[in-house]
Amino acid sequence: MGRFVLRRTTQAVVVLFGVSLIVFALVQLVPGDPVRVSLGTRFDPETYAALRERSGLDRPLLQQYLSYVGGALTGDLGVSFRTGQPVTTTLTDRLPATLSLAGCSLLVALLVAVPLGIVSALRSGSLSDHVATVVSQVGVSIPDFWMAILLILLFSGVFGVLPPSGYEPLLEDPVGWASHMVLPAVTVGVVSGAILTRFIRAAVLEQLGQDHVRTARARGIKESLVLRRHVLRNALIPVITVTGVQLASLLGGVIVVEVIFAWPGLGRLTLDAVNARDYPVLQGAVMLFAALFLLVNLLVDLLYAAVDPRIRYAK
Amino acid sequence: MSAPSTSRAAAGQGPAEPVLEVRDLSVTFGTRRGRAPVVVGLDLTVGAGETVAVVGESGSGKSVSMLAVVGLLPTPPAVVEGSVRLAGEEVLGAGAERLREMRGREVGMVFQDPMTSLNPVLTIGRQLTEGLEERLGMGRREARERAAEMLDLVGIREPQRRLDEYPHQFSGGMRQRVMIALGLSLDPKVLIADEPTTALDVTTQAQILDLVQDLQSRLGTAVVWVSHDLGVVAGIADRVLVMYSGEVVEEAGIDALFAAPRHPYTRGLLGALPVLGRARTELATIAGLPPDPLDRPPGCWFRPRCPSRLDDRCASMHPPLHDVAPGHRVRSFYEVSG
Amino acid sequence: MTVGGVPDSGPEQPGADAGPETEPGTPPAQASQRRQVLRALLSHKLAVFGLVVLALLLVVGVFGNTLAPYGPNELDVPNRLTGPSAQHPFGTDELGRDVLSRVMVAARLSLLVGAVAVGIALTLGVTLGLVAGFYGRWVDDAVMRVMDVLFAFPAILLAIAIVAVLGPNVVNAMIAIGIVYTPIFARVTRASVLTVREEVYVRAARSIGVGDLRLLRLHILPNVAAPIIVQTSLSLAFAILSETALSFLGLGVQPPDPSWGRMLFEGRGFVQQAWWMGVFPGAAIFLTVLAFNVVGDALRDALDPRQRSAIEARAGVSS
Repeated sequence: MGRFVLRRTTQAVVVLFGVSLIVFALVQLVPGDPVRVSLGTRFDPETYAALRERSGLDRPLLQQYLSYVGGALTGDLGVSFRTGQPVTTTLTDRLPATLSLAGCSLLVALLVAVPLGIVSALRSGSLSDHVATVVSQVGVSIPDFWMAILLILLFSGVFGVLPPSGYEPLLEDPVGWASHMVLPAVTVGVVSGAILTRFIRAAVLEQLGQDHVRTARARGIKESLVLRRHVLRNALIPVITVTGVQLASLLGGVIVVEVIFAWPGLGRLTLDAVNARDYPVLQGAVMLFAALFLLVNLLVDLLYAAVDPRIRYAK
Repeated sequence: MSAPSTSRAAAGQGPAEPVLEVRDLSVTFGTRRGRAPVVVGLDLTVGAGETVAVVGESGSGKSVSMLAVVGLLPTPPAVVEGSVRLAGEEVLGAGAERLREMRGREVGMVFQDPMTSLNPVLTIGRQLTEGLEERLGMGRREARERAAEMLDLVGIREPQRRLDEYPHQFSGGMRQRVMIALGLSLDPKVLIADEPTTALDVTTQAQILDLVQDLQSRLGTAVVWVSHDLGVVAGIADRVLVMYSGEVVEEAGIDALFAAPRHPYTRGLLGALPVLGRARTELATIAGLPPDPLDRPPGCWFRPRCPSRLDDRCASMHPPLHDVAPGHRVRSFYEVSG
Repeated sequence: MTVGGVPDSGPEQPGADAGPETEPGTPPAQASQRRQVLRALLSHKLAVFGLVVLALLLVVGVFGNTLAPYGPNELDVPNRLTGPSAQHPFGTDELGRDVLSRVMVAARLSLLVGAVAVGIALTLGVTLGLVAGFYGRWVDDAVMRVMDVLFAFPAILLAIAIVAVLGPNVVNAMIAIGIVYTPIFARVTRASVLTVREEVYVRAARSIGVGDLRLLRLHILPNVAAPIIVQTSLSLAFAILSETALSFLGLGVQPPDPSWGRMLFEGRGFVQQAWWMGVFPGAAIFLTVLAFNVVGDALRDALDPRQRSAIEARAGVSS
């Protein structure tokens, strides 16, 4: 197990370095001088000089990259071209909003998908199963920004019970936090839920057809126990993987939803950075997303190994 | 493989109530193209401590019939009819719950593929103790001890240590031993082994055969051994049922079958066995394939592949199963001399 | 010591409906396989619906400009923000433009972007996958590590980043989306190549000295075609979805060219007063993506049931 952990962690770190290379290269690819481009009409010689100095753009490429990486490891990701604020601070300010949205969305998704997926598998081939299939197809195809608009229309417009946008921190105003969280979380959660439903259904179905389930039944074990210990427990393995991947991609995928709901999260930050050509922030945000993504994947793999002994003992 | 063995004690045992009695078993599958009768009119009787072999090629319905007997066939799309008496009790139609109770306790099963038949994420010990705790109400420690005993019984060394290991840490032959232990763990009266050695190499095959024989003599369990290979069952069976396309075509004691097979199909099967020490230029096979259950020929179903065809009735009338000697039945209008 | 050939392999349960079987050892009989695929597709009612929508889309895409009742940028300010009516079935937007016409014209751009992006992804991805799968060892490792890094980004994010660097316009959006979907094609191709590479007939051909390129073209490519076709359909769905997302964020199709994504963005601003501005373009996106997904899934059922479904593709899980 220890070797497995080591191997996976090293892999993740390597990929993270690869990501940092790409992120770094991105800025280098910008035609022209990034600082000048970024300042655009706000150009003023002093700010320009200061930013250029601070970002070390005069130095040779390799040195730039190394100092960037070095800085990143100590928590210094540069300074925003737009606001002059340290990138790290900006990122940490926005992180909770995105994390909470991703987390709540996943919760919604699981609440929908787990019962639906299991029941669908147990009643495979029935009418309710076919309906669930179609609903999943629909769920996967629906653009989340459209769904958001529909929901806003319905719940803020027609029913007027939920706010159409904005965010309240949990600790300051729990009720406000909840009411602002509902629409965005449902928007993202429903789409995720559709994906997870199909997955859970497929995983459970596959287990139901397995030989070892037949062996358990051949010993006269109660069906409920067979389900619990032999079917669902084994189906958990691929489901964990998918849930993890979902969570990881949710972190970045909520950008559009953040824009619609004026959610002060990392996604919207990234977008603003793109529009303002604020490269340090963009770099930092992308790195953070990638790191979170890799972290979640790593955790999923570790969890996977904890549940499936075959992985643990593999070379 | 080995030559036919000498008669077993079973031949001398008085007719105690058979542990398994199947009468007129039929299994029909509903398919898109129609209803397919996969097993037709199967009769099977297994006495206490007896070993009965059910032999046939792919598509003969041998495995399906055994699954039907223990109620493990999904009942749509399968429709099972007939009578199955386990330890004197009628089970077909007794309801799923009663069937479930009988499984494991009255009849144990060993399946073909030891790789996939064990749960990969549970320890061997857990899979053994599960049944003991749930079905026999044993406590955790007692169950574990019994599980270790069972592993020892099937010839696995260091049973205590191996209880905590996972299936993937066992070799194929050892996994099959575990399967046998599982099958016997609740002390059933009859063990149905569905091609248990097909996926194993020849040496391991022999070991498993020896193991089962040994366990039988120690525990007195009856065994139904399903196989496509007459050679394998020659060393272990008391009686043999030969199945073709869903029905029994010959049934006899093992010695009688080998000495004087009466059905052309059985003759073909025996002819296909290579014999050590005897030189042959070619392995004889039975040309062709069994008929599609949805589209069987009129008359005798074996006729298209039959090398003899000694009776005109074969083409139009379906031959019934009839006695040709005590304990020897054949489904044919004529007899081939062996 | 077996009878008549094949040893038993578990309980015989005839009549199970396997899909059309393509034996890996033989080159597919083209005509009968196509017929089977067609039959399987048509029997799927949902797939038929999908195909109908796609056909409609194609027509609108090609002839949109002529079919549209009004010009996409034809202003009619006095009638701005009017709801669905006989003259304007989808209503008008804040500048009095006919929403229906805009939706129709935007169809072409969305389809175009989707097609080109997938074309890029296909070309790059399949090539990389073929090379990685065929040559193996360090080439495989190197290529797949790069793909892993690309996979490390959520799709939208990567697309945004690329567009940020290149500049926001349609062409760059195509490139960005193309790059984002390259890894999935690489993975699918590589997986197929790996299974086919070890087939006996490939080894046989190799042993008589058939050159690599010829081998790839004649033996390997036809057999990996099926999963690639399925993936293409699925990727078209998500490429279009990505394009609309980029346009929504202002990073794709630029105004005044109409695009579904941008129309949704504008619709968001008017959601209380003019719901039709957001609902109809969104419905168009939804139906298009649904159609591609449904057809993709049906193709997968018909051609290669072992492959991942649309759902799995969207979830980003690798096989």
